[in-house]
Amino acid sequence: MSELATLSALDAAAKVRSGEVSARAVVEATLARIAALNPKLGAFTDVTAERALARAEALDAARARGETLGPLAGATFAVKNLFDVKGLPTRAGSKINRERAPANADSPLIERLEAAGAILVGALNMGEYAYDFTGENAHDGPSRNPHDLGHMSGGSSGGSGSAVGGGLVALALGSDTNGSIRVPAALCGIFGLKPTYGRLSRARSFPFVSSFDHLGPFARSVGDLAAAYDAMQGVDPEDPGQTPRAVEPTLGALGEGAAGLRIATLGGYFAKGAAPEVLAGLERVARALGATRVVEMPEADRARAAAFLITMAEGGALHLDRLKTRATDYDPDTRDRLLAGAILPAAWVVKAQKFRRWFRAQTLELFRDVDVLLAPATPVCAPALGQKTFRLDGAEIPVRANLGLFTQPISFIGLPVVAVPLWQKGLFLPTGCQVIAPPWREDLALRVAAQLEREGVCRAPIGRAAEV
Amino acid sequence: MTFDADALIDAAAPLLELTVSQAARPGVKLNLEIAARLSKLVMEFPLDDEAEPAPVFVP
Repeated sequence: MSELATLSALDAAAKVRSGEVSARAVVEATLARIAALNPKLGAFTDVTAERALARAEALDAARARGETLGPLAGATFAVKNLFDVKGLPTRAGSKINRERAPANADSPLIERLEAAGAILVGALNMGEYAYDFTGENAHDGPSRNPHDLGHMSGGSSGGSGSAVGGGLVALALGSDTNGSIRVPAALCGIFGLKPTYGRLSRARSFPFVSSFDHLGPFARSVGDLAAAYDAMQGVDPEDPGQTPRAVEPTLGALGEGAAGLRIATLGGYFAKGAAPEVLAGLERVARALGATRVVEMPEADRARAAAFLITMAEGGALHLDRLKTRATDYDPDTRDRLLAGAILPAAWVVKAQKFRRWFRAQTLELFRDVDVLLAPATPVCAPALGQKTFRLDGAEIPVRANLGLFTQPISFIGLPVVAVPLWQKGLFLPTGCQVIAPPWREDLALRVAAQLEREGVCRAPIGRAAEV
Repeated sequence: MTFDADALIDAAAPLLELTVSQAARPGVKLNLEIAARLSKLVMEFPLDDEAEPAPVFVP
């Protein structure tokens, strides 16, 4: 198979911009690789081949005319199928939504990546309505782990993890409400960025929980992650949930690494209930960064509980009408959680939102003398497909609700996080670490991730299980 | 007092015109029981009457 399909986004852009290869050649190689491997990976639900080829030809023609191409020229990407893609119904992993009219415009994040020269090649599988940590889907089948097809990709942006991890695209977009970027990044062994809440526009994407929904990129290198993130920043009046901020580019500062940053590991809640290999990975990261301090995020268990309640209630309210008329068209697991959420007592949810403000204040206090925090991404490596429970701290606990144990308290208050992939000797599946920064300081998390990548502590090799 | 998920389902679902089928009831109950357990962590935490919720409306 052509190596053009597995180039990093920045390498592909360098070659296309210099004229060493055409954008069309990159897209053709990518489409061939998707056609060969996607039947095994289950990452894509739609491949927009015609559109991608037309876009590539337009880029090649622009170059031939002497125009300067964008920083991501010819880099391929795909999006979780809750992003609007012009001409496709935005299915959001559901059976019900595929009856919607085709979207009449792309999501603004797609528009911005394409404005930078990237080429959309399709839409990706996901957990139904994003209420999921497994990457399984009752309607489209599971997206599979690129390192072992019998294991989960993680959810709910499972197809995003599977597609980038399996080398089908250089970049993918996903959403993260309680961990849905960080969990699949950890399970598939790639980098994922959940930006600060309110940073990137959520316009023209199918929502889940307005209080916690974030959109962000996946990549196999920190440079690609930063380049994609930089291209997507900027004010969008169409998203009332966005905090208007100037563009704050990050790519140029990656070389600064962790120099001068005060880094600590989160203890307490985050040190309990993780498998030994997960904690060993985290320790290796802390050691590499010289991070000897351990700090506590106060009441993290209550933060997770409050995030859980708000998610149930907002999710249930969002789906109320469909639950009345189309209950049997949901995956039963999703339906039962949403039905329960729809009748949750209001006092629990209001108190959870009050607690959220308290927790935010406490955590910001923590950042007065720490710049970056480290925590595990998931409690375990990728569980087997269909696995319902895993053993933790001597107890058997449900997979679906608990893969996000360590991600939920962080997205609860919208902190920016880079999930970095780690490999242990003797293990064929990766673990993940969250590199957490204060609000609006994505640059710090990306700089630390870049240093870890440079030193070989974390890396994202292509998972080749589907090629065998 | 033990949390009675069936009682909540029977009282609240009809008010919202929701039907909880026999097939769905065990799953809905399980999810409500998890939520009730987690709600204790939230509800027992002391906060002043004056505590503001996180989302702030900007007119």
